[in-house]
Amino acid sequence: METDKSKLGSFLFNRSVQGVFYQLITLGLVALGIYYIVTNTARNMLERGLASGFHFLGVESQFDIGMTLIEYSPTSTYFDSFIVGLLNTLLVAGIGILFATVIGFTVGIMRLSSNWLIAKIAEAYVEILRNIPLLLQIFFWYFAVLRALPKPKQSLELYDSFFLNNRGLFIPDTVFGEGSSIIFYLLWLTTIISIGIFIWAKRRQNRTGERFPAFYVSTALILGTFFISLAATGFPVSFEYPELKGFNFKGGIKLIPELVALTFALAMYTASFIAEVVRGGIMAVSKGQTEAAKSVGLKQNLILRLIIIPQALRVIVPPLTNQYLNLTKNSSLAAAIAYPDLVLVFAGTALMQTGQAIEIIGMVMGVYLFLSLFTSLIMNMFNRFMKVDGER
Amino acid sequence: MNTMKITFLGLVCSVLMVPAAFAGTLDTVKSQGFFNCGVSQGVPGFSNPDENGNWSGIDVDVCRAVSAAIFGDPDKVKYVPLTAKERFTALQAGEIDVLSRNTTWTLSRDAQIGLEFAGVNFYDGQGFMVRKDSGISSAMELDGASVCTNLGTTTELNMADFFRANGMAYEPVVFEKADEVVNAYDEGRCDTYTTDKSGLAAQRTKLADPDAHVVLPETISKEPLGPVVREGDGDWADVVRWSLNAMIEAEEFGLTQSNAQTTCAMTSNPVVARLCGKEGGTGAGLNLGESWSYDIVTMVGNYGDVYEKHVGENTPVGLARAGSPNASYKDGGVLYAPPAR
Repeated sequence: METDKSKLGSFLFNRSVQGVFYQLITLGLVALGIYYIVTNTARNMLERGLASGFHFLGVESQFDIGMTLIEYSPTSTYFDSFIVGLLNTLLVAGIGILFATVIGFTVGIMRLSSNWLIAKIAEAYVEILRNIPLLLQIFFWYFAVLRALPKPKQSLELYDSFFLNNRGLFIPDTVFGEGSSIIFYLLWLTTIISIGIFIWAKRRQNRTGERFPAFYVSTALILGTFFISLAATGFPVSFEYPELKGFNFKGGIKLIPELVALTFALAMYTASFIAEVVRGGIMAVSKGQTEAAKSVGLKQNLILRLIIIPQALRVIVPPLTNQYLNLTKNSSLAAAIAYPDLVLVFAGTALMQTGQAIEIIGMVMGVYLFLSLFTSLIMNMFNRFMKVDGER
Repeated sequence: MNTMKITFLGLVCSVLMVPAAFAGTLDTVKSQGFFNCGVSQGVPGFSNPDENGNWSGIDVDVCRAVSAAIFGDPDKVKYVPLTAKERFTALQAGEIDVLSRNTTWTLSRDAQIGLEFAGVNFYDGQGFMVRKDSGISSAMELDGASVCTNLGTTTELNMADFFRANGMAYEPVVFEKADEVVNAYDEGRCDTYTTDKSGLAAQRTKLADPDAHVVLPETISKEPLGPVVREGDGDWADVVRWSLNAMIEAEEFGLTQSNAQTTCAMTSNPVVARLCGKEGGTGAGLNLGESWSYDIVTMVGNYGDVYEKHVGENTPVGLARAGSPNASYKDGGVLYAPPAR
C-alpha cells in the first residue's frame, strides 16, 4: 500500500506529468474559446438572416477585371475571380522579390565599397527609401508614371513593335506554331543534362581539385540546342504585334501601369531593407577570412564569390525570408492604385457583391498564410543547403 | 431563492423588452421631441454640411419635412453622417430613424436586409464622363475604352452589363476611394469615368478643368434614390412616405413655399384645401396635426422648391430637371404622388 501511494505521489509530482497537465488545460481553454466564437458567429448570422457557406463560388460573378492571366469574363464564376486575383498577387510578389533581391544585393555591396561616392549613394538610397511609408511611395510612383507617359495616340515606340503610353507597355507576343513542341522537349532535356554536368563538375573538383567551366558549357549546350532545333524545324515561331485600334492597342502582351508602379515601389522599398541585411551578413564574416583568401592568391571577385558570400548567406537568409514575406503581404496595398490583386478583386468587389464576408476574408487570410508558410519552407530548405557540413 | 430571483429578473426583462420592441417609432419620436436622420458625409446638393455644421440638400429636406409634419418645426432633427458601409446597420440598430442618404432602392435591400423604402426623392442613373477633346458624343462609341470607377457599388456590375449587352470591350480600372478615381481620370489613366450621374456632376467640380469634361447622354442603369426606414413599423413608414408625397403633390397643384399662405386663404380647390389642412382630416389618419402638409410646404417647400434650391440648374451641381425623370409626370417625368386624401 505504502509503495503504491509513494508511486502515485511521484507520478503526480513528476515535472513532465505536470507539464502535460497544464498544456492539456491550455489546449482545452483555447478549444473552448474557438468553439464559442464559431457558435456565436453562426447564431448571430442566423439571427440577422445572413447566408453562409461556399456555394456562392459557383455563381457567375457578373463583373469584369482589368488584368487577367487566365481567360475571364463576367460570366465566369466567383471562384474564377479568386484565381485571377491570386495569380495577380503571385505575379506582383514574384517579380517584386526578384527585383528586390537584385537591387538589394547590389546596394548592400555598394554600401561596403571603399569608394566614398558609391558608398554614400547606397547609404542615401537606403535611408530615404526605408523611411518613407510604402503607401506614399506607391502613390508617388503611380502618379509619377502616369504623368510622365504620353496618351495612346502619342505613344513612345521602338521598331514599330514596342509601345509605351499611359495605358501601359505593349510588347509583341510570341506565338508558337505547329512542330514547336519538340523544341520545348529539347530545352527540358538540355536543362536536365546541365544539372548533371554541374553535379559531376562539383564531384570532380572535390576529388581532384580540378575546376570545370560547367556554367559556360551548359549555357552553350542549352542555347546551341535551342537555336539549332529552331532552325531545323523551320522557325515555327511567329510574333503578334500590338496595334493601335480605337482607344488603345490591341494584341501582344500588355503590362498595365498599375503593375509597373506597384512592382517598382515594392521592389525599391524592400530592396532598402535587403541591402541592410546583406551588409550585416557580409560584415559578420570575419576579416581573417578575406586576409586568408588573399594570402592564398585568390582574386577580389573570387574572394567575394567563393569565400565571403557563402558564409554571409548563412547570416542573410533568415532575415531575407522576413523581407520576402513582408513584400508578399505588402502587395495587398495594390487596392489603393487599382491593381486587381486578390484583396481588390476578391476581398473587394466579390465581397461587396455577395456579402459573404466571413467566407471570403477567411479564404484570403488562408491564402496569405499559405504563401508565407510556403516561402518560409523554401527559404529554410535553402538555408539548410547553404549550411557548412558538420554545423548544426 | 437564487433561481427564483433569476427567473423573476428574466420575467421583468422580457416584459419590459416586449413593449420597447413594439413601441412605435412615431410615439417615441414625439415623446423625445426629435428624431435621428442618417445622411451622407457630404455630397453637394444631396446632404452637405456648411462651415457652421448646418446640413442642407434634397435628402436633408426629406428629414426636415418629416420634422415639420410631426412638430410643426423643421429643425427637430439630429443628423448622423454615415458611410455607405455603415448606413444599413445604423438603421437596423436604431441609431437613426430615417436613412436619407442617396440610397438606391433594390429588391435585395428591400427584401433581404430588414429595410423598407418610403419612396423616391431622386431618380438617378449611371452615366459616363469623358474629355471634350476626345470627340466622343455617345456611350456606344466607348468600345475598347479604359473605364475608371469605384469599388463595391452597383456601378461595377452595371458597367459590365452595359459593355456585355452591347458587345463592346473595355478595361475596368477600379479604385477603393472616390478621390483616387478622380485623380487617375484627371491624369489620363482612363478614357471615361462612370458613376451615378448626380455623382459625376458633383465630382466634376473637383477636376483640374471642369469645363474640359462632358457627361454623355446615355443612362445605363436605374438608380431610384429615396428615404429608408426599418421594416415592421408601418405607422412611421407612413409618416415619412406621405411627407415626401405631400411635397410632390403640393407642386402638382401649384402650392409653393412663397404662395402657400395666400393661396390657402382663398382656395376653392378641394385638393389644395386638403393640402392646406382646411378639409379632409388627413392628419388624424397619420396621427399628426391637421396642418402637417401645410407646415411642410411653408417651412420646407414643395418638391420643385427644394429641387431648384439644391440641385437645380442655378446651383453648382446644375442638374437640369426638365426632360429628366425627376420632372412631374405632367411634364414627361415619372414623379407621381398618390393622392393625399
